[in-house]
Amino acid sequence: MATITIDGQSYEADPSANLLQAALTLGFDLPYFCWHPALGSVGACRQCAVRQYRDEEDTTGQIVMACMVPVADGLRCSIVEPEAAEFRAEVIEWLMSNHPHDCPVCDEGGECHLQDMTVMTGHCKRRFRFPKRTFRNQYLGPFINHEMNRCIQCYRCVRFYGDYAGGSDLVAMAAHNHVYFGRHEEGILENEFSGNLVEICPTGVFTDKTLKHHYSRKWDMVSSPSVCSHCAVGCNTIASTRYGSVRRILNRYHHDINGYFLCDRGRFGYTFTDAADRLRRPLLHPDRERDVETVAEPAEAMKRIREIFSEATGVAGIGSPRASLESNYALRNLVGSGRFSSGLPRIEHDATTALLEAMRNAPDGPGSLRDAERADAVLILGEDPNNTAPRLALALRQSVRNEPIRADAGSRIPRWHDRAIRDFVQDRKGPLFIAWPASTRLDDLAAGTHRAAPDEIARLGFAVAHAIDPQSPAVTDLDDSASDLASRIARALKEADRPMVVSGTALRSPAIIAAAAATVHALRRTGSGGSSFLAVAPEANTIGDAMLEGAPLETLEQQLESGEVDTLVILENDIYRRLPAPATDRIISKARRIIALDSIATATTNRADVVLPAGSFAESDGTFVNHEGRAQRFFQPLPPAGDVLEAWRWIGRIAAETGTSKQNEWDRLDRVLTALARDCPELAPARDAAPDAAFRANGQRFPRAPRRFSGRTSILSHLSVHEPKPPEDSDSPLSFTMEGHSGQPPAALVSHYWSPGWNSSQALNKFQSEVAGPARGGDPGARLIPGNGPNERPSTAIPAPVPDDDQTLLAVPCYEVFGSDELSARAPAVAERIPKPYVALAPTDAEHHGLDSGDSLNLLIGELRVSAPVRLDPKLPPGLCGIPAGMPGWSVPHLPARASVVT
Amino acid sequence: MLSLIKSLWLVFLHLFRKRFTIQYPEEKAYLAPRYRGRIILSRDPDGGERCVACYLCAAACPVECIALDATEDENGRRYPDFFRINFSRCIYCGYCEEACPTYAIQLVPDFEMAEYNRQNMVYEKEDLLIDGEGKYHGYNYYKVAGIAIGGKDKGEGENESSPIDPKDLMP
Repeated sequence: MATITIDGQSYEADPSANLLQAALTLGFDLPYFCWHPALGSVGACRQCAVRQYRDEEDTTGQIVMACMVPVADGLRCSIVEPEAAEFRAEVIEWLMSNHPHDCPVCDEGGECHLQDMTVMTGHCKRRFRFPKRTFRNQYLGPFINHEMNRCIQCYRCVRFYGDYAGGSDLVAMAAHNHVYFGRHEEGILENEFSGNLVEICPTGVFTDKTLKHHYSRKWDMVSSPSVCSHCAVGCNTIASTRYGSVRRILNRYHHDINGYFLCDRGRFGYTFTDAADRLRRPLLHPDRERDVETVAEPAEAMKRIREIFSEATGVAGIGSPRASLESNYALRNLVGSGRFSSGLPRIEHDATTALLEAMRNAPDGPGSLRDAERADAVLILGEDPNNTAPRLALALRQSVRNEPIRADAGSRIPRWHDRAIRDFVQDRKGPLFIAWPASTRLDDLAAGTHRAAPDEIARLGFAVAHAIDPQSPAVTDLDDSASDLASRIARALKEADRPMVVSGTALRSPAIIAAAAATVHALRRTGSGGSSFLAVAPEANTIGDAMLEGAPLETLEQQLESGEVDTLVILENDIYRRLPAPATDRIISKARRIIALDSIATATTNRADVVLPAGSFAESDGTFVNHEGRAQRFFQPLPPAGDVLEAWRWIGRIAAETGTSKQNEWDRLDRVLTALARDCPELAPARDAAPDAAFRANGQRFPRAPRRFSGRTSILSHLSVHEPKPPEDSDSPLSFTMEGHSGQPPAALVSHYWSPGWNSSQALNKFQSEVAGPARGGDPGARLIPGNGPNERPSTAIPAPVPDDDQTLLAVPCYEVFGSDELSARAPAVAERIPKPYVALAPTDAEHHGLDSGDSLNLLIGELRVSAPVRLDPKLPPGLCGIPAGMPGWSVPHLPARASVVT
Repeated sequence: MLSLIKSLWLVFLHLFRKRFTIQYPEEKAYLAPRYRGRIILSRDPDGGERCVACYLCAAACPVECIALDATEDENGRRYPDFFRINFSRCIYCGYCEEACPTYAIQLVPDFEMAEYNRQNMVYEKEDLLIDGEGKYHGYNYYKVAGIAIGGKDKGEGENESSPIDPKDLMP
């Protein structure tokens, strides 16, 4: 630590930081625009001016930009010095000379960094009398609204979009005071991280278009800490609501996971909670074959369920990777572990089990996104991160800079010195290798790609393991290009300080996961201490569901067949998305009675006898276990309304109703978690993912509503002028009102970022132990999988080479960031971005079958007929065809599989 | 005794003073134009709703009796979808008027709002919105703001130059 003097006082500061960072960490309010903790400094906006002195004798000093001054021992500066303060006020005045009179109609108003900084510098009166410069706006797609007049030319947007996220369609144009940030022509912003512009932009140029359609101010929104439910990364979010509906999702900082950024699927996928097909009342289907449904009172539905249970010979439960850990566990408890299914077909179940095994055996446990960002050599085996775990792709994009920076002089440039680092690195990229059947959006960074069938990808992985450590078994009959690539990958991984292997279940291949694990263990055996394994899973709670050790769906089918079971309880799972329709139909028709719980109407709920409305993430408390085995709690921002209840609470009521548990045994989240910890010791730490419901600060709860929350005596006054009692929360230490503890809550309970003088989300500085460091009091969540050291060797069943087959194609799943996730695909803004159905085909195969791009291709996959237009992918190897997974309306489950072309 | 008579005499003298009591409701009291009574929502000189649903009045309200929800027309003009004031809570402090950046919400010299039923004290937008400009004439917020709405394109606002061409590099 270095000792620095600010305004005559001595402080300890981190010498690897810059002065602005240090001042903010120490709690000073110093205005800034172009600096961002994740983007670093460029010294462009001239806003963070301070006066720096040479030594104790120096009283004149000079004005410097704090963001460009490295912290060094003995550094002396003054923030309050009058000339520096005036300098900052004048800079703001210049920036504001063209700023429009928009605040009342600007979505950023009330949480605007420019407003905050203007107030902080004291500028309050416009003296510039000349006409304001104006711009025309562009249409930028369904996510982002553009209002260029408000721009203050800080360049943060293009630095994030281009330099950080790798997008190429947002640039700075024109010159001098005409600088324009936009696309070369109107159109949808292509990059899947465009939503971060909303938080990156210090003013209202880029705002959230989904919020604009139901706009509410930050101070009016009741928010709660949530966890994104659209993929397994488990990014921390803040879900904000007003008038009973979710209005927006903001990033909630987690040092090890999402940091400052979210992907667009997570940020804009929330509107499924308000979609027309949401289930809000219990439904009864008197005749499952006919499309007749009646809305029922909860008591009536419960009575029907009691009848169903009393008639049943055996009840089985189908869990779900998108339901919370508590709900899955409650279901397992209701039906017994012998009759509990994970809700996955065998093909996915086996891959997930293999992944969990690899995670448990990983030397230091599964790696996090922060590990990925710091890795200096990466091998991606059988994953397409941009589409299966988007936030991971953003982390990997940063990782390719690590190796060039580490080299010679780069290591002497401070990491925050963004421009210097980028000038030093130029276009050099560290080793990143991708093995995936088709092209990916990370290919432009890759040092090598291997596009092949799943088994060939696994063989490459094993070959890499063998090349690293000859003790690993060799792969026979590997072609020359693959073995060349394998030795290049092995060399890069061995030379790296922090090599990482990324693998997952995208191709449903246990062999690929075993190959990835073999590579990590080979690295560890040969002495690379920092090697890590990063597991990618498809859905929010895939890992949590797998840890409950349910059986695959096929086992359940056998139990139905044998007559051991005749009634199903299906939890938040549309099995038509998991198995081909004919197979699902068989399961459904064999079950005499079906009870379904879900938040959305699906093909499965349409065929259930009783449907209970379960809460989405916005109406539930629960826990998701993310891809690194971290249990994270999400809390409901909306008080329970109507008949919607958390799925675990419904199941608890069913248990009480049918006599399988005592009354009220399951009516509190903490009781479910206690029972879970008792039954599943491995999952016991999940209880500590967030403080329990009894947790208080000075005897007070933590408010979900901001202190300036408005309208509490008029929101419901049109219904009755007598104000109702505020809703109570028995499951969390949060309250639904603005009353409660006014200080900072523990990180797991942070509902909004606000600090006096800091109304924008940049108030985050005040919630971190140091700028860009862990949250104060530690980051939330509990790691469930600690790692196993270098002892255990993974299995080494190397698959045989894929034989040439002229007759059929191997259909592999490919993924779309917008479309492959079930929930976000129902959000209107995301639905606009979902591509039309297609089958990706190599040009040679298309020619072989006499097809051209756009022609309709008919495939027979097992008993399923698939018809879609051809999309030519020159990168796809011959013999393969890519079919987008989980697309709404025409999902083709159960891939990879052999497909024959029907003419 | 003497003091009693003195008092009676004083009261007697008051018979010949000017009377302050007025025969309300037959006779109306004079209320100054800036008297803070019933709240109205006004229109701009072109007849459009002045309220832009910025939520500042609701935030300023110390008794939280204002609730509204923003919406937009097809041209991007923002206005309140509903605007509700619970007058049974209102303390007529005028903070909402002070906070309003568009002169939309105004307190007018009218206090005759008594109701037998408290529920009738809840006013919706149709009860609040008048057809005139109220106390403040001539101001049209959207003419000053930088956003484009129907009938006002970029660069057509007050003190604005016409939009620049981003593909132009001339100095």
